[in-house]
Amino acid sequence: MSGYTKAELCIVAAAEAFRGDGEVLASGMGLVPRLAAGLAKLTFSPDLLLNDAECTLVSQPISPGPRTGELAVEGWLPFRKVFELLWSGRRHTMNMPTQLDRLGYCNISRIGPVARPKTQLLGVRGIPGNTINHPCSYFVPNHSRRTIVERVDMASGVGHDPERWRPGVKKDFVDLRRAVTNLGVFDFEGPGQSMRLLSVHPWSSEEEIQKETAFPLARADVVHETPAPTAEQLRLIRDVLDPNDLRATALG
Amino acid sequence: MTARDAVAELRDGMTIGIGGWGARRKPMALVREIVRSDVRDLTVVSYGGPDVGMLCAAGKVKRLIFGFVSLDLIPLDAHFRTARQSGALPDVMEIDEGMLQWGLKAAMIRVPFLPCRAGLGTSVETENPQIETVQSPYADGEVLLAMPALELDAAFVHVDHCDERGNGQILGPDPYFDDLFCGAAKRRFVSCESILSTERMTGQSCIHSMVLNRTLTDGVIEAPFGAHPTACVPKYGIDVPHLQEYSKSAADADAWSRYRERYVDVDEASYLETVGGPERILGIAAPVF
Repeated sequence: MSGYTKAELCIVAAAEAFRGDGEVLASGMGLVPRLAAGLAKLTFSPDLLLNDAECTLVSQPISPGPRTGELAVEGWLPFRKVFELLWSGRRHTMNMPTQLDRLGYCNISRIGPVARPKTQLLGVRGIPGNTINHPCSYFVPNHSRRTIVERVDMASGVGHDPERWRPGVKKDFVDLRRAVTNLGVFDFEGPGQSMRLLSVHPWSSEEEIQKETAFPLARADVVHETPAPTAEQLRLIRDVLDPNDLRATALG
Repeated sequence: MTARDAVAELRDGMTIGIGGWGARRKPMALVREIVRSDVRDLTVVSYGGPDVGMLCAAGKVKRLIFGFVSLDLIPLDAHFRTARQSGALPDVMEIDEGMLQWGLKAAMIRVPFLPCRAGLGTSVETENPQIETVQSPYADGEVLLAMPALELDAAFVHVDHCDERGNGQILGPDPYFDDLFCGAAKRRFVSCESILSTERMTGQSCIHSMVLNRTLTDGVIEAPFGAHPTACVPKYGIDVPHLQEYSKSAADADAWSRYRERYVDVDEASYLETVGGPERILGIAAPVF
């Protein structure tokens, strides 16, 4: 591996989650997801909508860090319109959960019991609505047995455990698309829609990934090496999307 | 009316809603007034920011109905975390942020619930057994979550301008859900940067900024910089250094006492001087996310 950083490869791998998305709001929560959505928009998914985490739709990605120049404003999207848009299915979010489990449940809420958590995190935010209404992907920058777990402490979003699905509830819009970690790329097409290894980053191995995962991991028939960024992708990341190099510390 | 008049209407055990979002346009002058009052055992409904953290630190919150608590540019609120992790706030109704607006809307339009999919299949469903499901009476027969109306005894919001009759103007880019908080409540208190004549408000800005009509409000409180340390854009942004100091005051009881003595147990004029005065606050840029 040479000529690019781990974070840059993760951004490229995460961008792939948005491939094939048409006119949907691509929301990357956190630095790598945000840069990934921007990279997808500038390359293979030009119809994506982006916003500024406040209430402005923009037609060009916003570089994180000190802002220079005007935003390329495309529209107005206050929070109540965000809810309408996401409940209508026209969104694809990528979050950075504190825990992600075998059947695709994520946790951004707390570690420990509800009455007295060991660690109180943000709260479920909009994840319940996101995961049951539109495509969702995840980025985990610190793949370990503490983050990729058998079962999350709190299911902030939906996943694929039949016991958690009440009869009559519509699951048709659930689309847990991709999980990208600092070690590999995964989908949820293993047995029983469990987490499945698709590709291994050049600096990792299947053995390491299994060792850092708290459950026996399914694997695709053929597991590839995650593709390295192209020269054009690196140019876009470095010169256009993240000129302030905030990604330098994205993997901790 | 004054902030004290508004808060004097609260009784122990009431359910209150607080407008704004995270560290944005929170009615903090009113929240500080609640902290100074004797009221206790409140159920608080909020898109939480330092309003929730401060009320937790002051021991005012018996139950919290929330989707998140965040200071935005500082992701987590230290006082809220302390309350949860110490066991001081075991009683929470944690729901999707879309469910929260749905519950307010149901209360506003006087229906017992509104249906949605958000929450089904998650811990929101299993940890809130009081939230029921409902089956569609139509051919699809779909089972949906029945988000119960969140009826409020009182709502507190902060806007840019009001007239004396209670028409309120929001100049920032997002009205959040302040109109729903007011619509869901029996008594509605609006603090504002300044009280203006109706003609002056409607004459100088787009008509869309007139978010609160007077059927949604009962009391108007003039409170310049009343959202500080949260933002009231375009007038002022989030005071991050102040929120850092506020966060550090969660370290222990002494630290909170010192914060409280300096910033809460004082009148608003002294508060404004202590945090640097109008000129400093006006110089705080709008947040960049």
